[in-house]
Amino acid sequence: MSDLKFGVDKPTAEEREAIDDFISGVGPASIKVNERFVVGGRSRAKDRRRLLLPALHELQSTSGWISPGGLNYICKVLGVPPAEAYGVATFYHLFSHQAPAANEQIHVCDDVACRLQGAEELIKDLKESGYEAKSSPCLGQCERGPAVLIQRIKGKDLAVVAESPKPLTVKNIDKALKENASSEQVTIPQRGTDSLSLLARVGVVNPKSIKEYQEKNGYEALGIALNVGPDKVIEEVTASKLSGRGGAAFPTGVKWRAVADEQGRPRHIVCNADESEPGTFKDRTLMEGDPFAVIEAMTIAGFAIGAEQGWIYIRGEYPVAEEHLKNAIEEAKREGLLGSDISGSGFNFDISLYKGAGAYICGEETALFNSIEGFRGEPRNKPPFPTTHGLFGEPTAINNVETLVNVLPILRNGGSNYAMKGTENSPGTRLFCLSGRVENPGIYEHEFGITLGEVIEAAGGVKDSKEIKAILLGGAAGSFVTAEHLHLPLTLEATREAGVSLGSGVVMVFDESDDLPDTVRRIAEFFRDESCGQCVPCRVGTVRQEEVLARFTQGTSFASDEELLEDLSTVMKDASICGLGHTASGAITSAINLGLLERTT
Amino acid sequence: MNEIPVGTPRSKIEIQIDGNLVKAPEGSTILDACRQEGIDTPTLCWAENLTPVNVCRVCVVEVEGSRTLVPSCSRPIEDGMVVSTDSDRVRKSRKMVYELLASSVDMDRSTSEVKDWMEHYEVDSDRMGEKTEIATVAQPPKVQDSLYVRDYERCILCYKCVEACGEDAQHTFAIATAGRGFDAHISTEFDVALPDSACVYCGNCIGVCPTGALVFKTEHDMREAGTWNEQDQEVTTTVCSFCGVGCNLELHVQDEKIVKVTSPADHSVTSGHLCIKGRFGWQHAQP
Repeated sequence: MSDLKFGVDKPTAEEREAIDDFISGVGPASIKVNERFVVGGRSRAKDRRRLLLPALHELQSTSGWISPGGLNYICKVLGVPPAEAYGVATFYHLFSHQAPAANEQIHVCDDVACRLQGAEELIKDLKESGYEAKSSPCLGQCERGPAVLIQRIKGKDLAVVAESPKPLTVKNIDKALKENASSEQVTIPQRGTDSLSLLARVGVVNPKSIKEYQEKNGYEALGIALNVGPDKVIEEVTASKLSGRGGAAFPTGVKWRAVADEQGRPRHIVCNADESEPGTFKDRTLMEGDPFAVIEAMTIAGFAIGAEQGWIYIRGEYPVAEEHLKNAIEEAKREGLLGSDISGSGFNFDISLYKGAGAYICGEETALFNSIEGFRGEPRNKPPFPTTHGLFGEPTAINNVETLVNVLPILRNGGSNYAMKGTENSPGTRLFCLSGRVENPGIYEHEFGITLGEVIEAAGGVKDSKEIKAILLGGAAGSFVTAEHLHLPLTLEATREAGVSLGSGVVMVFDESDDLPDTVRRIAEFFRDESCGQCVPCRVGTVRQEEVLARFTQGTSFASDEELLEDLSTVMKDASICGLGHTASGAITSAINLGLLERTT
Repeated sequence: MNEIPVGTPRSKIEIQIDGNLVKAPEGSTILDACRQEGIDTPTLCWAENLTPVNVCRVCVVEVEGSRTLVPSCSRPIEDGMVVSTDSDRVRKSRKMVYELLASSVDMDRSTSEVKDWMEHYEVDSDRMGEKTEIATVAQPPKVQDSLYVRDYERCILCYKCVEACGEDAQHTFAIATAGRGFDAHISTEFDVALPDSACVYCGNCIGVCPTGALVFKTEHDMREAGTWNEQDQEVTTTVCSFCGVGCNLELHVQDEKIVKVTSPADHSVTSGHLCIKGRFGWQHAQP
């Protein structure tokens, strides 16, 4: 664009080609520029801004870093100011800002679950074997840690995990690189059981085959929806009392109704697949094992709220899920189940797949919108809410993957039928992410109302029959509980009453041998690293909180530290912009209240 | 006969602030309503000539029915809203925001308004730990030309400079927030020196900075030399003579030398913003 100033660095021929290939479908921001005349320019640049994040991914995978020449070229083509593009690129930790030292960058998860499985040793071994390895926040593979993500120059990303029960070694990494293959199995200990609804097809059908999907009730729900009409779909979802499974448990029917009643157009349906909560891997399991279900459910949601455009925002650390979803979108289009005039109904619907680049905060709905739009993933102040001012400032329904997949049995069996399962105020089933010291970690589907103890029993109980020291319930943004809570029924109302949260369904078990003070400090470090940095209480508060815990683990605490921690917790909860700051101290406070920071040795 | 513009009539909304019924025009923010009632409210990232970004969180108030505190600078008032501006929760959050900032940033050169509020809330940043032991943004100032100094150890990341450089005033987009979390900072692309960036040296970023992180080189040099003396400065208001727009200039004069130029934020022509000529083109007027 003629009124922006760009740097002098030039892209390499390869970078230019990769970016041109990617942009070719849309053309440059300014299509004609002479002394007094710009065609395109600012208004065209506005639509192109949303190509910034995917273009940065192109550059990263072409060159192994965000090179000045490459970024400059992207800015010219898209009409984005270089300072802003640099601000966006430096927001995500999967983008490198130094010329790569090796062809592969290995990210090893050393977060709460994986550090129990020897993550730190693996990083050391990898470095000794000459790999470029660094620690990473939770990679969403908690049932089979330590998990690894390999980013490569000019090659697809690979997710590598242990083929249990043996933990991952350097040899597994060598093998994955040689075979150019991610680990693909999903861990569903209940696989094939009749009672399963959300997981019925996971691990049973070929996730790449639309035929197999259709043979197992696939696309029945969409047929019903197109038949009964949008209002009836929302009625059924409302009758089912389905609530959001991402953590906030907002009633889905209410959300859809609000968007459907908005005057503004276009409207959007967004699938939040940025699952990054430490200990959570349920959405990955669904997307890897049953990707067509996500596409079908989004199509129904789009139909119900009157949206013709759907967006999936998947975290950048899920290469297998991404590939399966891409395939599912293509297959569905080929079968006329996505695109224009779906099944001859006159309903048009398309889905764009957006890939995150390593930022927990982008799971916050408004941060996710900013990320898709090509801005820094900083949350917006609410109100206004997404139902009125969502993606591109337009009415938007945004739902978690698991929430959407629930819509399929609701339509097939009826909302009131769905509500018979579970309890009155928490109807249906939900997925639990079992990890840590249990015999059979993995994803489990249970009706609401099952007790915490029963969930752990269903996973084979505590590993090696040891004593439970603590359970992290709901993820890093949830809280710790102890064996005293084993009788707690897992429903929204009972957990709320007990002052805890089901969050994203995390149940992570720690036994007496685990170093809880270290785990708690790691949680504090997680929030310190993942704060977006926008508001003061969270940007500085998470740092001070981690410093207090580090002082504690080093035995150099001040007398006033306990009071400081309490005040930090109160103020982050009260004055932060978004849920990250509001929940950043929850697990830590609960650990202190339960005395988990007192060292027994 | 001349027509007198009266603007679109706005109906008034009734809310309660600290127990008193208040009527304020529809579309006002809580902050507007507070100011209308003479209730002092601290702000850092808010400015009358910029779009509210509500990131600093010192203006938070308690609103009945809201789980968390709300930023008064950007929340529009709603009929029947019940607001407390001085509850324990509000005081605690405001105090700690200042403490968090003061523990990580050098606030010595903040505006007197900022300092007064810090005193009001009895800010004690020492309880965060020894400054040498805890994370801070300490770094040397960036002196890259003869007009600006960017002293980022004084930066509280209020985003005002980014807004003034971007869509709220200059549309130059030379600087933006880069990095994430505590590492977030204001930067040009790849941290290139300002003369190599898109900067046009309008100085509007300096005009809005509340903590002395962005200053005229003259001010920086005089402060370093210990000769900066704000009390002795005389401010003369005049009109810029470079073109016909009619921007108001405030010349800050010390020892008969112009040391800084500003424009009033409520001026109908400038809204406080100037260009390089008005801001820096005064050498010919020096004795």
